[in-house]
This record gives sequence, C-alpha cells and structure tokens, in this order.
Amino acid sequence: MSEPYTRHEYDVIVIGAGGAGLRAAIEAARCGAKTAIITKSLLGKAHTVMAEGGCAAALQNADPRDNWKVHFHDTMKGSKWLADWRMAEFHAKEAPDRVRELEQWGAVFDRTRKQLINQRNFGGHTFPRLAHVGDATGLEIIRTLQERGIHEGIDIFMEYTVRHLLKEGDRVTGCVAYTRVDGDFHAFSAKSVVLATGGSTRCWSVCSGSWEYTGDGHALALWAGAELRDMEFVQFHPTGMVWPPSVRGILVTEGVRGEGGRLTNSEDDRFMFNYVPEMFQGDHAETIEEADQWVEEVVSGKLATVRRPPELLTRDVVAKAIKAEVEAGRGSPHGGAFLDISHRGEEAIKKKLPSMYHQFMELAGVDITKDAMEVGPTAHYIMGGIRVDAESQETTVPGLYACGEASSGLHGANRLGGNSLSDLITFGKRAGEYAAKRANNLAQPSIDGSQVSKAIEDMIAPFAREGGENPGTIYDEMREMMQLKVGIIRTKHELEEALVDLTAFKERAMESFPGTSRRYNSGWHQALDLINMADVSRACALAALTREESRGGHTRDDMPTPEDEYWGKTINIIWMEDGEIKIRQEPVEEMRDDLQAAIKEVKAMIAERAKEQGGDD
Amino acid sequence: MSLKGKKQAFKLARGEDGETALTEYEITLDEGMVVLDCMHRIQHEQEPDMAVRWNCKAGKCGSCSAEINGRPRLMCMTRMSDVVAETPEGKPIEIRPMKTFPHIKDLVTDVSWNYDVAQRIAPIDGPESMDWEFNQMEADRVQHFRECIECFLCVNTCHVLRDHQMFDDFAGPRNLVRLAQYEMHPLDTEDRVPEIKKEFGIEYCNITRCCTEVCPAGIQITDDAIIQLKERVVDRYYDPLQRIWRTITRQKVRY
Ligand code: SF4
Ligand code: SF4
Ligand code: FES
Repeated sequence: MSEPYTRHEYDVIVIGAGGAGLRAAIEAARCGAKTAIITKSLLGKAHTVMAEGGCAAALQNADPRDNWKVHFHDTMKGSKWLADWRMAEFHAKEAPDRVRELEQWGAVFDRTRKQLINQRNFGGHTFPRLAHVGDATGLEIIRTLQERGIHEGIDIFMEYTVRHLLKEGDRVTGCVAYTRVDGDFHAFSAKSVVLATGGSTRCWSVCSGSWEYTGDGHALALWAGAELRDMEFVQFHPTGMVWPPSVRGILVTEGVRGEGGRLTNSEDDRFMFNYVPEMFQGDHAETIEEADQWVEEVVSGKLATVRRPPELLTRDVVAKAIKAEVEAGRGSPHGGAFLDISHRGEEAIKKKLPSMYHQFMELAGVDITKDAMEVGPTAHYIMGGIRVDAESQETTVPGLYACGEASSGLHGANRLGGNSLSDLITFGKRAGEYAAKRANNLAQPSIDGSQVSKAIEDMIAPFAREGGENPGTIYDEMREMMQLKVGIIRTKHELEEALVDLTAFKERAMESFPGTSRRYNSGWHQALDLINMADVSRACALAALTREESRGGHTRDDMPTPEDEYWGKTINIIWMEDGEIKIRQEPVEEMRDDLQAAIKEVKAMIAERAKEQGGDD
Repeated sequence: MSLKGKKQAFKLARGEDGETALTEYEITLDEGMVVLDCMHRIQHEQEPDMAVRWNCKAGKCGSCSAEINGRPRLMCMTRMSDVVAETPEGKPIEIRPMKTFPHIKDLVTDVSWNYDVAQRIAPIDGPESMDWEFNQMEADRVQHFRECIECFLCVNTCHVLRDHQMFDDFAGPRNLVRLAQYEMHPLDTEDRVPEIKKEFGIEYCNITRCCTEVCPAGIQITDDAIIQLKERVVDRYYDPLQRIWRTITRQKVRY
C-alpha cells in the first residue's frame, strides 16, 4: 500500500522561517526565482524572536571610529582564530547595509540623537555596535522580514516538517515533508534547497532554545552527504534561570551584568574574583570597591577610569565558575549562583531591564528590584553546523545551501553576542541570491517516486508498531544524558559513555510508539525528531572527544588548557558514510595578506586606546 | 504555598474539528509549574498524541494561547499557583482552545485568517535612500505596537469576531495594531485611511476594550491604536477643514 502525496515544483525552497530563512527567501524571490518557504511552525514564531541584545554591524552611528576592519578583528579574536576569515570579512563588510535595509522594510530601531539607528556596547565588541530595540531585537527583525516577505510572492507552507532531501546523483533536487496538522505528505521538486533550520540546543536538558531546535537541518545535511564542522563548540550562556524547574534554562540577558549585576555564592562571597584566568590577569578589577566604581562610572555615562568587574569576563569563564561553585557545595538553593541587581534601585531596573523584571516576576515570583535571581549555565547556541562556501553558502553537496545557526564558519570556537542576528541577514541574503542564480540555469528536476515512498515509509513507521515507549520519556532522558556527559565541562570518559548511550537512545527512538493519530500528534513529531537529535548529538560528542584541549565553547576537564600548536590551527569535519558518523581534521587556511594587515592595524589601535584609558580594555 | 506533590485534575477539550469532549486527567504537580508544563506532563506521561501548539515557552512567540478556566491566556505564562488559587478546591482546571477560530484538534486552532488579513495590508513605503532619519520620540510611538507577539488572544476576545463573526468586514484588533504601526510610522507615505475605514472596517469596533485587557504584551490596543485610527478616519471623512487642506497640499499630515 503506497501513501498518497502532493507534488510541488519550485526554483528555490527555503526550509525554515527564522531570520535567515526569511532573508534568503526574500532575496531568492527578488532574483526572480519561484520560491517557497517550508516552516515547522506558524510564520513569525521561530527562535529568532528570543534574541534580545541586538544585531552587530559597524554602522558608525554611535562611534565613528568603528569600521569593518574592527568588526572583522573582534569576530576573529572572539572565535579564537578558528572562524572562516572569508565569512568574517563578508559579514563585517555587509552587515551595515543589511541592517539599513531592514529599516527600509519597516524595522524601528532605537535612535541616536542624530536621528539614526543607535548602537549599544556588548562583550567582545571594541565599539558600541549593536543595533537594537530595547531587549527585544530578535522580535523586531523577524517581524520586519515577515512583513516584507509576504509581499514578495513567496509561497509559505506553515507547519510542514521536512524529513528528507531528494537527490539525483550527487545533487539535491527537492525534499519530502509531512504536515503537522493533518499528517499528509508532500514532495517538492526544487533546483536549489536552502537549509535555514536554526540550531540544536534542544539536545540539552537545560537550554534556551524552543522545541524546534532539534538540529533538523544538521541531520538533513548529514543524511544527504554534506559535511558539518566545529560541532564540539557549544555556547553555554552563564546566566539562565534555574528555578522554578519549568523555566530552567530561559535566558537572563548579559545586560544584567553589564548594568552592574553581582554574582555571589551561598556564603555571600563574590566568587568571580577568584576565577580570573591567567590570560585576563590584570585586566579586571581586583577589589569590590574598584568593581563598583566601574559600574558607577559606566552607568552614569562616563569613561571608565578603573577596570571592569570580573562578572564581565567572557561567557565561557563565567559559566565554568558558576558550575565549580555549585560543585563545591556553595550553590544557591536550586543549584545555581545568585545574581543581584537590586542595588541599582527599582527605577533604573525597570527602565533598563524591563523584560527581565517581568520574566522573574511572572515566572518565578521574584522581584529583582528587591531580591537576587538564581542563575546557572544554559545551552544557548551551537557554533558548529553545516559547512558552507563563504561566498555562496553552498554546502559540499551541489544544490544544497545553508545559512544562519544551521550553518557554520563565522563563529569558530566562540560567538560574540550580537553576531548572530547579523549573521542571519548577511548570509541569508547570500544564500538566497546564489540559490536563485543556480536555479536560473537548470531544468526542473523530476520527483523520484521511489525516494518519496521510502521517505514516507520511514515517517509512518512509528504507527506500525504495536505499542512501545512514549517518545516523550526518551526525549527527556536523552536530553538529561547530554547535559550530564556532553555538557559544559567534558571528560574523555564521559564522552565515550555518551557515544554508547546515544546508540541505545537511537534504538529506543526507533521503537517508540506515539499513538495512532496522524493529526497534530506531538508524540509522532517527537518520535521522528529524536532520530535527528541522536545523530546531531553524536556529531557533537564525537568532535568533543576528538579535540584534546579546551578552547572557547569546548572545555575538557582532563585537558583544561588551549593547545595552540595543533588544535589552534585545526578544525573538525564530520560527515556520514553508510549510516556511520565519521570525523577528520583539516588545517585552518592561512589568512589573506591584506586581512592580516587589517588585524595588525586594529590591534595597534586597540593598544593605543588602552594606554589612554589607563589599562582598562 | 508549595504545590509540589499536589494531585491536580484537569478537564481538557479533546477532539477534532470542533467535535470536542471535556476529558479528565490527573497529574502530580511540581513547584513553580506553568499551565504549559502540565500539558507537557500529560503528553509525556499519558497521551503522546494530545495536541498543543507552543514554541518558546517564554511568552515571546505567542503560540500557546488557550482559554484557561474560561479566561484567554498564554499557557506558558500562566503559573499554576495562580490557577489553582482561582479554581474551587477539588474542581478540575478547564482548558479549552480559543473559541473564535476554526478548531483543528484538542487545544490547537486554525489562526490563518489573521495571516490572510495581514497579507492585504500594504507594506511600508518610505524613502528610497538608506539611513532613515527620525527621532526616538517618533520611534517610541511605533515601537510599542511592534511588541505584539501575534498570540491572537485579542482577536479571540473581540465580540465583533467571537460573537458576530464579522471576519469579512473587520480586520480584528491585531491587524488594526499593525495598521496603526504603519500609519504612525514617521516616514511611511502610503495613504491608509480609506482602507482602514472601508476594507478593514474600523467602525465595527465599539471600544469595549476587551482586547486590551487580555493582551500579554501590554499594548494599549484600544486607546493607542484603534482610537487614534478612528480619529484619523473621522478627520478625513467628517472634518471639512481637513479635507480642504488635503486637497490643497495633496499631502498626508505628519502627526
Ligand atoms: S475594543 Fe474594539 S477591537 Fe477591542 S474587543 Fe472591543 S470591539 Fe473588539
Ligand atoms: S495585540 Fe496583544 S493580544 Fe493581540 S495578538 Fe498582539 S500581543 Fe496578542
Ligand atoms: S510558547 Fe511562546 S508564548 Fe507561550
């Protein structure tokens, strides 16, 4: 018995409707391609809405000394020099126009006194660089792209989930999807397919990601023969909510510490003073008085004359410190640290951190103008992803493109805050443009019925089972396991265990039973998602096991220091062969001369500036 | 009062295409849960195929709207401690889908009408050149409207749609907010007043303010958006001086 399915034909299909997907589709349509977006959710609901801080672009509105070279330098340095420098170059040069274009499409960013887009400071950015709207920049960007996108003649398939990429020889020629609402099947013929499916942080039990973040694009790419890179690098944001259990992982913006938030343990000790790594020695305040003075100067708009508080060390350092305090038995009642901003007073808090105030009030019953928050690390972003060509965003498989968090290369070992939203619009545009160009020269591929039937068979397999485990149980347990064994601090032993566990989880997933209804059956969707999550988690664990050092978003307890000689110049590449996930290493390509010169120039400028500021960076 | 360990009964509207029956479930609560957690617990422990729409679980995406004990709210932002407190002891908590929209399954409804209306609203039309100039005060007026998370709770609550089904004649509060956002954008040049009156039927709204009451984003839908638009319609169609001024200058008034 073969299942019926509906056929569709497009030039370009974009999978995912977050910032990257929408931007790609707009560009493809503007290049004249017949374009469709396929999204798991309704339009405008994607994870992009969660981005708070802003969108980094050297607009030079807030500080005229900024330019693409400085942004390029900051991104490369933040990546621990593992980023693809070509992508970092395009990104730094093109992000400003992508942001200005959003304004023409209706985005209303906060303004400077000169009536232009305002920019704020953020960790790792030398100058104020983040275009923003209060603490809800992601919502602004996705709404703008949505409101522009619906007038570009793009067909939008909402609540469709893609499970399979069609291939003809070595090129991708379309995809197969099911509808969430009815459980019907659809086969799409496409000359180019763009993966813009976002990240995979749902693989961890404490995460800031929405349910959609199950690594669909990563898995589709792997299964279609494309390569991933940097999969060991996962950004754990140091401050997520830890209590109540139901909100564990929801983000507490870095802005709280920027506004003077103090981290303390159960003994009321400001422990970050004890965790300044050697490479940052001398850069940060050494006494509480000095730290407090910095905050006072900065919040009153003055130039800092002393060094910044150790709470503002990089994300990886702060996350590890909180974890260490908890393990030493000095955690808060619910296993985190205290983050206190109440000394800034009610008025300032409500003005500067309105959504944090509401978040804690409504979800935890905590009034942050009076009491401390409890916070701990949360899986926030995956730097790794589908390997793409910097210029075209094409993967290693012809006809298959990737952009946004699903792709990789721009962030290397560590992403700077604010560089994600700019990534989406910069490389979303490129992906759409090149996908459309490719489509220009091709005939419409035919849909291979046997591939479609096989894909559908895999999708309905869970219904054929006579009972079995609830997929929800496996989902919860697998995420716990990843948190424990492939979490923020890793060891060889635990990573090896994780690989064994993942095999078992995948087998259990393949035996799970979601009930019999195909209509809006979350259990069925989860049973299928589990399969990609298991493969993507394996890619991460394998890469983490292989990288025998600590760097950026990858920390090995058994190898705590960076090893610059080899791993400082090497990236991990992952692919799939006969159902097996494989790994190999490749050297980082030497940077072009003119870019090296640009880096030197910026370094000299920063050193000069530091001297003027009396040692503060 | 901690709810940990408390047994709590729920009555959920289950079924497809509007044919629903209230079905009772009991779960054991944990501390600090929100309603959406309870729905997930029912899914993970008892009914994997129960339908709930959600995304962010942080009140930012507007996917999880439902009627909890008859009050339209976001399931992810409604704390169980509040719901238990408002429910008579021993009674189940009732969760139903939004009533105004066509039903799909269990708690999920078809909200596509809102997207269809949005499609008919012309996009912004401003200067060709980049680097638009306007100040923060002008931005403030519009930014407030752009905090909408498209939960459609306001639409669900509005009697013009809920009771009178004027879907063909009235845009609904959410899309009136969108129109206000464009109309009050300092650099938009599109003349939207005629369609706000005719096509989007602003006059059907009789300012009951029910939409504003349920908006989780705290948008003053009625006062800041709808009444402002109504005033522009009145100025245009019923104020003779305005009319003359417009014919002379052929310009939209920059408020
Ligand atoms: S104020 Fe107008 S739009 Fe809002 S609920 Fe009342 S009638 Fe509907
Ligand atoms: S205006 Fe408020 S209630 Fe209406 S859709 Fe937007 S956020 Fe929801
Ligand atoms: S799940 Fe996003 S608002 Fe409730």
